[in-house]
Amino acid sequence: MEPRHKILLLDDDPDVLELYKDILAQLPSHPEVHTATTGARALALLDAEPFRLLICDLKMPRMDGLQVLSIVRRRVPEVRTVVLTGVPDEEFRSRAYALGVDLFWLKPETQQNMQMFLECLESLLGRDATGGFRGVQSKSLMDIIQMECLSQSSTVLRITRGALVGKIWMVEGELIHAETEGAVGEAAFQRILEWRSGTFENLPPEPDHERTINKPAHVLLLEMAQAMDETANPGAAGAGEELDHRKTVWKLSALTREGAEWIVSVPEKGVPEGWGTQAAEESAKWMRQAGELCKRLSERLEAGPLSHIEGCCLERRLILLPWEKKTFLLSWPPNWEAHRMVEQSKQIVASWDS
Amino acid sequence: MGFLNLFSKTGAAVQRLPSGSMTVDRDGNVVATTVSSAYPPELLHEIAVEVLRLFREARTAQIPLAEFNLHFASLRITAREMRGGAIVFLSPKTESTTSSPN
Repeated sequence: MEPRHKILLLDDDPDVLELYKDILAQLPSHPEVHTATTGARALALLDAEPFRLLICDLKMPRMDGLQVLSIVRRRVPEVRTVVLTGVPDEEFRSRAYALGVDLFWLKPETQQNMQMFLECLESLLGRDATGGFRGVQSKSLMDIIQMECLSQSSTVLRITRGALVGKIWMVEGELIHAETEGAVGEAAFQRILEWRSGTFENLPPEPDHERTINKPAHVLLLEMAQAMDETANPGAAGAGEELDHRKTVWKLSALTREGAEWIVSVPEKGVPEGWGTQAAEESAKWMRQAGELCKRLSERLEAGPLSHIEGCCLERRLILLPWEKKTFLLSWPPNWEAHRMVEQSKQIVASWDS
Repeated sequence: MGFLNLFSKTGAAVQRLPSGSMTVDRDGNVVATTVSSAYPPELLHEIAVEVLRLFREARTAQIPLAEFNLHFASLRITAREMRGGAIVFLSPKTESTTSSPN
Protein backbone atom coordinates (compact mmCIF):
# COMPACT_ATOMS: atom_id res chain seq x y z
CA MET A 1 0.00 0.00 0.00
CA GLU A 2 1.34 3.42 -0.97
CA PRO A 3 2.00 5.87 1.87
CA ARG A 4 -0.62 8.61 2.23
CA HIS A 5 0.41 12.08 1.14
CA LYS A 6 0.61 14.73 3.80
CA ILE A 7 -1.03 18.13 3.44
CA LEU A 8 -0.33 21.06 5.70
CA LEU A 9 -3.09 23.64 6.01
CA LEU A 10 -2.10 27.09 7.23
CA ASP A 11 -4.74 29.63 8.22
CA ASP A 12 -5.10 31.92 11.22
CA ASP A 13 -8.80 31.06 11.56
CA PRO A 14 -9.29 27.74 13.45
CA ASP A 15 -12.84 27.38 12.08
CA VAL A 16 -11.60 27.51 8.49
CA LEU A 17 -8.94 24.95 9.37
CA GLU A 18 -11.52 22.57 10.80
CA LEU A 19 -13.81 22.96 7.82
CA TYR A 20 -11.07 22.37 5.22
CA LYS A 21 -9.53 19.54 7.20
CA ASP A 22 -12.81 17.64 6.89
CA ILE A 23 -13.18 18.47 3.20
CA LEU A 24 -9.61 17.52 2.28
CA ALA A 25 -9.82 14.25 4.15
CA GLN A 26 -12.42 13.17 1.60
CA LEU A 27 -10.05 13.50 -1.37
CA PRO A 28 -9.74 10.23 -3.33
CA SER A 29 -6.12 9.78 -2.26
CA HIS A 30 -7.13 10.14 1.43
CA PRO A 31 -4.26 12.42 2.42
CA GLU A 32 -3.14 13.02 5.98
CA VAL A 33 -4.12 16.60 6.82
CA HIS A 34 -2.19 18.64 9.39
CA THR A 35 -2.98 22.18 10.41
CA ALA A 36 -1.13 25.25 11.65
CA THR A 37 -2.49 28.65 12.71
CA THR A 38 0.77 30.59 12.35
CA GLY A 39 3.55 30.78 9.80
CA ALA A 40 6.15 29.93 12.41
CA ARG A 41 4.30 26.78 13.39
CA ALA A 42 3.91 25.76 9.74
CA LEU A 43 7.62 26.21 9.08
CA ALA A 44 8.47 24.14 12.13
CA LEU A 45 6.20 21.34 10.91
CA LEU A 46 7.69 21.48 7.41
CA ASP A 47 11.18 21.23 8.88
CA ALA A 48 10.19 18.31 11.06
CA GLU A 49 8.56 16.03 8.53
CA PRO A 50 8.04 15.74 4.78
CA PHE A 51 4.83 17.22 3.37
CA ARG A 52 3.61 16.96 -0.16
CA LEU A 53 1.43 20.03 -0.20
CA LEU A 54 1.15 23.30 1.69
CA ILE A 55 -2.13 25.19 1.47
CA CYS A 56 -1.64 28.66 2.75
CA ASP A 57 -3.84 31.65 3.50
CA LEU A 58 -2.44 35.07 2.62
CA LYS A 59 -3.68 37.47 5.26
CA MET A 60 -2.33 36.44 8.64
CA PRO A 61 -0.93 38.39 11.59
CA ARG A 62 2.84 38.70 12.14
CA MET A 63 4.03 36.57 9.21
CA ASP A 64 1.76 36.77 6.16
CA GLY A 65 1.29 34.07 3.56
CA LEU A 66 3.71 35.54 1.02
CA GLN A 67 6.46 35.66 3.62
CA VAL A 68 5.81 32.05 4.56
CA LEU A 69 5.81 30.97 0.91
CA SER A 70 9.07 32.73 0.18
CA ILE A 71 10.75 30.93 3.09
CA VAL A 72 9.20 27.60 2.14
CA ARG A 73 10.41 28.00 -1.45
CA ARG A 74 13.98 28.37 -0.21
CA ARG A 75 13.96 25.80 2.58
CA VAL A 76 11.79 23.02 1.13
CA PRO A 77 11.54 23.58 -2.64
CA GLU A 78 10.05 20.14 -3.25
CA VAL A 79 6.81 21.01 -1.41
CA ARG A 80 3.91 21.91 -3.71
CA THR A 81 2.29 25.16 -2.64
CA VAL A 82 -1.26 26.42 -2.97
CA VAL A 83 -2.58 29.82 -1.96
CA LEU A 84 -6.15 29.74 -0.73
CA THR A 85 -7.43 33.21 0.01
CA GLY A 86 -10.55 35.31 0.23
CA VAL A 87 -8.78 38.35 -1.26
CA PRO A 88 -9.45 38.73 -5.00
CA ASP A 89 -6.38 40.85 -5.63
CA GLU A 90 -4.44 40.58 -8.90
CA GLU A 91 -1.29 41.93 -7.33
CA PHE A 92 -1.30 39.18 -4.69
CA ARG A 93 -1.97 36.63 -7.39
CA SER A 94 0.98 37.68 -9.52
CA ARG A 95 3.27 37.98 -6.51
CA ALA A 96 2.28 34.49 -5.39
CA TYR A 97 2.95 33.02 -8.83
CA ALA A 98 6.25 34.89 -8.96
CA LEU A 99 7.17 33.02 -5.79
CA GLY A 100 6.54 29.79 -7.64
CA VAL A 101 3.24 28.65 -6.13
CA ASP A 102 1.47 25.89 -8.00
CA LEU A 103 -2.03 27.22 -7.56
CA PHE A 104 -3.72 30.45 -6.50
CA TRP A 105 -7.37 29.89 -5.60
CA LEU A 106 -10.05 32.13 -4.16
CA LYS A 107 -11.89 30.47 -1.30
CA PRO A 108 -14.66 28.54 -3.03
CA GLU A 109 -18.16 29.91 -2.61
CA THR A 110 -20.06 27.39 -4.70
CA GLN A 111 -20.20 23.62 -4.68
CA GLN A 112 -18.96 23.52 -8.28
CA ASN A 113 -15.99 25.75 -7.47
CA MET A 114 -15.15 23.61 -4.47
CA GLN A 115 -15.24 20.51 -6.62
CA MET A 116 -12.82 22.05 -9.14
CA PHE A 117 -10.52 23.09 -6.33
CA LEU A 118 -10.46 19.54 -4.95
CA GLU A 119 -9.69 18.12 -8.40
CA CYS A 120 -6.75 20.49 -8.75
CA LEU A 121 -5.44 19.42 -5.36
CA GLU A 122 -5.79 15.76 -6.26
CA SER A 123 -3.85 16.42 -9.46
CA LEU A 124 -1.08 18.16 -7.53
CA LEU A 125 -0.90 15.29 -5.05
CA GLY A 126 -0.72 12.81 -7.86
CA ARG A 127 2.28 14.27 -9.59
CA ASP A 128 5.41 12.18 -9.72
CA ALA A 129 7.19 12.58 -6.42
CA THR A 130 10.61 12.01 -7.97
CA GLY A 131 10.75 15.26 -9.89
CA GLY A 132 9.21 17.38 -12.56
CA PHE A 133 9.02 21.01 -13.50
CA ARG A 134 5.90 22.99 -12.81
CA GLY A 135 3.80 23.92 -15.77
CA VAL A 136 4.75 20.77 -17.68
CA GLN A 137 3.69 17.78 -15.65
CA SER A 138 6.00 14.79 -15.44
CA LYS A 139 8.61 16.37 -17.67
CA SER A 140 12.20 16.75 -16.67
CA LEU A 141 14.15 19.89 -17.42
CA MET A 142 15.93 17.95 -20.16
CA ASP A 143 12.57 17.20 -21.79
CA ILE A 144 11.59 20.85 -21.62
CA ILE A 145 14.84 22.00 -23.22
CA GLN A 146 14.55 19.28 -25.84
CA MET A 147 11.04 20.49 -26.72
CA GLU A 148 12.29 24.06 -27.01
CA CYS A 149 15.13 22.93 -29.27
CA LEU A 150 12.89 20.83 -31.49
CA SER A 151 10.46 23.69 -31.93
CA GLN A 152 13.45 25.92 -32.81
CA SER A 153 12.49 28.44 -30.17
CA SER A 154 14.31 31.62 -29.42
CA THR A 155 13.92 32.32 -25.74
CA VAL A 156 15.64 32.70 -22.41
CA LEU A 157 14.61 30.00 -19.98
CA ARG A 158 14.73 31.13 -16.39
CA ILE A 159 14.83 28.15 -14.07
CA THR A 160 14.38 28.37 -10.35
CA ARG A 161 14.99 25.72 -7.78
CA GLY A 162 14.52 27.19 -4.32
CA ALA A 163 17.09 29.91 -3.94
CA LEU A 164 18.98 28.75 -7.04
CA VAL A 165 18.37 30.57 -10.29
CA GLY A 166 19.71 29.57 -13.69
CA LYS A 167 19.23 30.96 -17.16
CA ILE A 168 19.59 29.26 -20.52
CA TRP A 169 19.73 31.32 -23.71
CA MET A 170 18.37 29.73 -26.87
CA VAL A 171 18.32 31.10 -30.40
CA GLU A 172 16.34 29.24 -33.04
CA GLY A 173 16.61 25.99 -31.15
CA GLU A 174 20.35 26.28 -30.47
CA LEU A 175 21.79 26.67 -27.00
CA ILE A 176 24.10 29.65 -26.99
CA HIS A 177 24.69 30.46 -23.34
CA ALA A 178 23.87 29.40 -19.79
CA GLU A 179 24.70 30.79 -16.40
CA THR A 180 24.02 30.02 -12.79
CA GLU A 181 25.68 30.71 -9.49
CA GLY A 182 29.02 31.87 -10.89
CA ALA A 183 29.22 29.23 -13.63
CA VAL A 184 28.77 30.00 -17.32
CA GLY A 185 28.59 28.04 -20.55
CA GLU A 186 28.51 24.26 -20.59
CA ALA A 187 29.41 24.02 -16.90
CA ALA A 188 26.39 26.11 -15.98
CA PHE A 189 24.16 24.15 -18.32
CA GLN A 190 25.29 20.91 -16.74
CA ARG A 191 24.68 22.23 -13.24
CA ILE A 192 21.17 23.43 -14.10
CA LEU A 193 20.27 20.12 -15.70
CA GLU A 194 21.09 18.32 -12.47
CA TRP A 195 18.14 20.03 -10.76
CA ARG A 196 15.37 17.49 -10.55
CA SER A 197 12.52 19.86 -9.80
CA GLY A 198 11.71 23.54 -9.76
CA THR A 199 9.94 26.13 -11.81
CA PHE A 200 10.71 27.67 -15.14
CA GLU A 201 9.53 30.60 -17.18
CA ASN A 202 10.18 31.82 -20.70
CA LEU A 203 11.68 35.29 -20.93
CA PRO A 204 11.94 37.32 -24.15
CA PRO A 205 14.71 36.12 -26.49
CA GLU A 206 18.11 37.79 -26.56
CA PRO A 207 19.54 36.74 -29.93
CA ASP A 208 22.53 39.07 -29.64
CA HIS A 209 23.73 37.64 -26.33
CA GLU A 210 27.36 36.51 -26.20
CA ARG A 211 27.75 32.87 -27.25
CA THR A 212 29.59 30.58 -24.84
CA ILE A 213 28.15 27.23 -25.93
CA ASN A 214 29.16 26.04 -29.38
CA LYS A 215 28.18 22.39 -29.33
CA PRO A 216 24.92 21.48 -31.07
CA ALA A 217 22.05 21.24 -28.57
CA HIS A 218 21.33 17.58 -29.20
CA VAL A 219 24.97 16.58 -28.70
CA LEU A 220 25.10 18.45 -25.42
CA LEU A 221 21.80 17.00 -24.20
CA LEU A 222 22.84 13.47 -25.07
CA GLU A 223 26.17 13.88 -23.31
CA MET A 224 24.40 15.22 -20.24
CA ALA A 225 21.80 12.45 -20.33
CA GLN A 226 24.53 9.84 -20.55
CA ALA A 227 26.51 11.38 -17.69
CA MET A 228 23.41 11.69 -15.52
CA ASP A 229 22.28 8.15 -16.25
CA GLU A 230 25.68 6.77 -15.41
CA THR A 231 25.82 8.74 -12.20
CA ALA A 232 22.31 7.80 -11.13
CA ASN A 233 22.37 4.13 -12.16
CA PRO A 234 25.88 2.85 -12.74
CA GLY A 235 25.53 -0.30 -14.80
CA ALA A 236 21.73 -0.25 -14.67
CA ALA A 237 19.93 -1.69 -17.67
CA GLY A 238 17.36 1.10 -17.84
CA ALA A 239 19.94 3.86 -18.16
CA GLY A 240 20.98 2.76 -21.63
CA GLU A 241 17.38 2.42 -22.74
CA GLU A 242 16.60 5.97 -21.73
CA LEU A 243 19.63 7.23 -23.64
CA ASP A 244 18.72 5.19 -26.71
CA HIS A 245 15.21 6.57 -26.56
CA ARG A 246 16.54 10.11 -26.51
CA LYS A 247 18.85 9.38 -29.43
CA THR A 248 15.97 7.95 -31.44
CA VAL A 249 13.81 10.99 -30.72
CA TRP A 250 16.63 13.28 -31.83
CA LYS A 251 17.29 11.35 -34.97
CA LEU A 252 13.67 11.22 -36.03
CA SER A 253 13.21 14.89 -35.25
CA ALA A 254 16.35 15.76 -37.24
CA LEU A 255 14.87 13.92 -40.23
CA THR A 256 11.51 15.64 -39.88
CA ARG A 257 13.08 19.05 -39.43
CA GLU A 258 15.11 18.72 -42.62
CA GLY A 259 12.17 17.27 -44.54
CA ALA A 260 13.57 13.77 -45.15
CA GLU A 261 11.21 10.79 -45.08
CA TRP A 262 13.42 8.01 -43.82
CA ILE A 263 17.02 6.93 -43.43
CA VAL A 264 18.86 3.62 -43.40
CA SER A 265 22.35 3.29 -42.04
CA VAL A 266 24.55 0.33 -42.97
CA PRO A 267 27.83 -0.28 -41.16
CA GLU A 268 30.71 -2.10 -42.85
CA LYS A 269 30.03 -5.01 -40.54
CA GLY A 270 26.98 -5.36 -38.39
CA VAL A 271 23.26 -4.89 -38.48
CA PRO A 272 21.68 -2.09 -40.54
CA GLU A 273 19.41 0.39 -38.79
CA GLY A 274 16.42 2.17 -40.22
CA TRP A 275 14.50 5.22 -38.97
CA GLY A 276 11.11 5.97 -40.47
CA THR A 277 11.09 2.82 -42.63
CA GLN A 278 10.13 -0.79 -42.13
CA ALA A 279 12.20 -1.96 -45.10
CA ALA A 280 15.68 -1.35 -43.68
CA GLU A 281 16.90 -4.88 -44.44
CA GLU A 282 15.85 -4.79 -48.10
CA SER A 283 17.28 -1.32 -48.61
CA ALA A 284 20.50 -2.32 -46.87
CA LYS A 285 20.92 -5.26 -49.22
CA TRP A 286 20.63 -2.98 -52.24
CA MET A 287 22.96 -0.43 -50.67
CA ARG A 288 25.65 -3.09 -50.29
CA GLN A 289 25.11 -4.26 -53.86
CA ALA A 290 25.26 -0.70 -55.18
CA GLY A 291 28.43 -0.05 -53.15
CA GLU A 292 30.14 -3.11 -54.63
CA LEU A 293 29.02 -2.24 -58.13
CA CYS A 294 30.34 1.30 -57.85
CA LYS A 295 33.62 0.01 -56.50
CA ARG A 296 33.99 -2.21 -59.56
CA LEU A 297 33.13 0.63 -61.92
CA SER A 298 35.46 3.02 -60.15
CA GLU A 299 38.38 0.60 -60.49
CA ARG A 300 37.68 -0.27 -64.13
CA LEU A 301 37.15 3.29 -65.29
CA GLU A 302 39.70 4.89 -62.92
CA ALA A 303 37.02 7.38 -62.01
CA GLY A 304 37.99 7.89 -58.37
CA PRO A 305 35.98 7.06 -55.26
CA LEU A 306 32.21 7.27 -55.16
CA SER A 307 30.96 10.52 -53.70
CA HIS A 308 27.26 9.69 -53.67
CA ILE A 309 24.40 8.27 -55.70
CA GLU A 310 21.25 10.21 -56.47
CA GLY A 311 18.25 8.21 -57.53
CA CYS A 312 14.65 8.99 -58.25
CA CYS A 313 11.46 7.08 -58.73
CA LEU A 314 7.83 8.13 -58.79
CA GLU A 315 7.38 8.26 -55.03
CA ARG A 316 10.66 9.61 -53.80
CA ARG A 317 14.18 10.79 -54.39
CA LEU A 318 17.07 8.94 -52.81
CA ILE A 319 20.60 9.75 -51.79
CA LEU A 320 23.09 7.02 -51.07
CA LEU A 321 25.99 8.49 -49.19
CA PRO A 322 29.15 6.68 -48.06
CA TRP A 323 30.25 8.33 -44.84
CA GLU A 324 33.27 7.22 -42.84
CA LYS A 325 32.70 3.54 -42.09
CA LYS A 326 29.00 3.55 -42.89
CA THR A 327 26.75 4.01 -45.84
CA PHE A 328 23.50 5.95 -45.56
CA LEU A 329 20.43 5.93 -47.72
CA LEU A 330 18.07 8.89 -47.31
CA SER A 331 14.63 9.25 -48.83
CA TRP A 332 13.27 12.68 -49.78
CA PRO A 333 9.96 13.82 -51.25
CA PRO A 334 9.82 13.54 -55.07
CA ASN A 335 9.71 17.30 -55.62
CA TRP A 336 12.77 18.05 -53.48
CA GLU A 337 15.54 20.07 -55.15
CA ALA A 338 18.49 17.84 -56.03
CA HIS A 339 21.23 20.24 -54.94
CA ARG A 340 19.56 21.00 -51.63
CA MET A 341 18.94 17.32 -51.04
CA VAL A 342 22.63 16.40 -51.25
CA GLU A 343 23.70 19.15 -48.88
CA GLN A 344 20.93 18.39 -46.40
CA SER A 345 21.73 14.69 -46.53
CA LYS A 346 25.34 15.45 -45.67
CA GLN A 347 24.24 17.60 -42.76
CA ILE A 348 21.97 14.92 -41.34
CA VAL A 349 24.57 12.22 -41.76
CA ALA A 350 27.29 14.36 -40.19
CA SER A 351 25.22 14.77 -37.04
CA TRP A 352 23.89 11.24 -37.00
CA ASP A 353 26.49 9.51 -34.89
CA SER A 354 27.74 12.50 -32.96
CA MET B 1 71.15 12.69 -81.78
CA GLY B 2 69.62 9.37 -81.08
CA PHE B 3 71.24 9.21 -77.62
CA LEU B 4 68.79 11.91 -76.36
CA ASN B 5 66.05 9.36 -76.67
CA LEU B 6 67.67 7.62 -73.67
CA PHE B 7 66.26 10.41 -71.49
CA SER B 8 62.80 10.45 -72.93
CA LYS B 9 60.10 8.63 -70.97
CA THR B 10 58.01 5.97 -72.51
CA GLY B 11 54.54 7.56 -72.20
CA ALA B 12 52.49 5.87 -69.52
CA ALA B 13 49.12 4.81 -70.83
CA VAL B 14 46.60 7.06 -69.11
CA GLN B 15 43.08 5.87 -69.63
CA ARG B 16 40.80 8.64 -70.71
CA LEU B 17 37.42 8.98 -69.10
CA PRO B 18 34.49 8.31 -71.39
CA SER B 19 32.49 11.32 -72.45
CA GLY B 20 29.20 11.25 -74.31
CA SER B 21 26.08 9.14 -74.23
CA MET B 22 24.98 5.68 -75.25
CA THR B 23 21.77 3.79 -75.61
CA VAL B 24 21.83 0.19 -74.43
CA ASP B 25 19.34 -2.61 -74.87
CA ARG B 26 18.07 -4.92 -72.12
CA ASP B 27 21.09 -7.25 -72.61
CA GLY B 28 23.64 -4.53 -72.19
CA ASN B 29 24.50 -4.21 -75.86
CA VAL B 30 25.39 -0.70 -76.96
CA VAL B 31 22.85 0.24 -79.60
CA ALA B 32 24.09 3.74 -80.32
CA THR B 33 26.77 5.95 -78.81
CA THR B 34 28.39 9.33 -79.11
CA VAL B 35 31.41 8.27 -77.05
CA SER B 36 34.68 8.47 -79.00
CA SER B 37 35.40 5.34 -81.00
CA ALA B 38 38.88 5.41 -79.44
CA TYR B 39 37.34 4.43 -76.14
CA PRO B 40 37.46 0.66 -75.57
CA PRO B 41 34.06 -0.81 -76.56
CA GLU B 42 34.38 -3.56 -73.96
CA LEU B 43 34.53 -0.94 -71.22
CA LEU B 44 31.39 0.71 -72.57
CA HIS B 45 29.71 -2.68 -72.51
CA GLU B 46 30.82 -3.20 -68.90
CA ILE B 47 29.34 0.15 -67.94
CA ALA B 48 26.09 -0.80 -69.67
CA VAL B 49 25.89 -4.13 -67.85
CA GLU B 50 26.57 -2.58 -64.46
CA VAL B 51 24.00 0.16 -65.04
CA LEU B 52 21.30 -2.37 -65.92
CA ARG B 53 22.27 -4.46 -62.89
CA LEU B 54 21.86 -1.48 -60.61
CA PHE B 55 18.34 -0.87 -61.94
CA ARG B 56 17.48 -4.55 -61.57
CA GLU B 57 18.81 -4.92 -58.02
CA ALA B 58 17.03 -1.75 -56.95
CA ARG B 59 13.76 -3.08 -58.33
CA THR B 60 14.24 -6.32 -56.37
CA ALA B 61 14.71 -4.24 -53.22
CA GLN B 62 11.37 -2.47 -53.87
CA ILE B 63 13.14 0.66 -55.05
CA PRO B 64 11.98 1.00 -58.66
CA LEU B 65 14.44 3.64 -59.82
CA ALA B 66 13.60 5.51 -63.00
CA GLU B 67 16.89 7.37 -63.05
CA PHE B 68 20.12 7.57 -61.10
CA ASN B 69 23.34 9.53 -61.01
CA LEU B 70 26.58 7.93 -59.86
CA HIS B 71 28.88 10.68 -58.67
CA PHE B 72 32.50 9.55 -58.70
CA ALA B 73 35.35 11.90 -57.93
CA SER B 74 36.07 12.46 -61.62
CA LEU B 75 33.10 11.09 -63.50
CA ARG B 76 29.34 11.30 -63.34
CA ILE B 77 27.25 8.51 -64.81
CA THR B 78 23.59 9.35 -65.37
CA ALA B 79 21.30 6.54 -66.39
CA ARG B 80 17.62 6.67 -67.30
CA GLU B 81 15.66 3.48 -67.69
CA MET B 82 14.10 2.99 -71.13
CA ARG B 83 11.95 -0.05 -71.95
CA GLY B 84 14.19 -2.51 -70.14
CA GLY B 85 17.32 -0.89 -71.54
CA ALA B 86 18.73 2.50 -70.65
CA ILE B 87 20.17 5.70 -71.96
CA VAL B 88 23.46 6.50 -70.24
CA PHE B 89 25.26 9.83 -70.07
CA LEU B 90 28.94 9.86 -69.19
CA SER B 91 30.30 13.21 -68.03
CA PRO B 92 33.87 13.59 -66.84
CA LYS B 93 34.11 16.18 -64.11
CA THR B 94 36.26 19.18 -64.81
CA GLU B 95 37.47 21.43 -62.02
CA SER B 96 34.53 23.72 -62.49
CA THR B 97 32.00 20.89 -62.19
CA THR B 98 33.66 18.88 -59.41
CA SER B 99 31.53 18.87 -56.31
CA SER B 100 33.21 19.42 -52.99
CA PRO B 101 34.39 16.25 -51.24
CA ASN B 102 32.68 15.03 -48.04
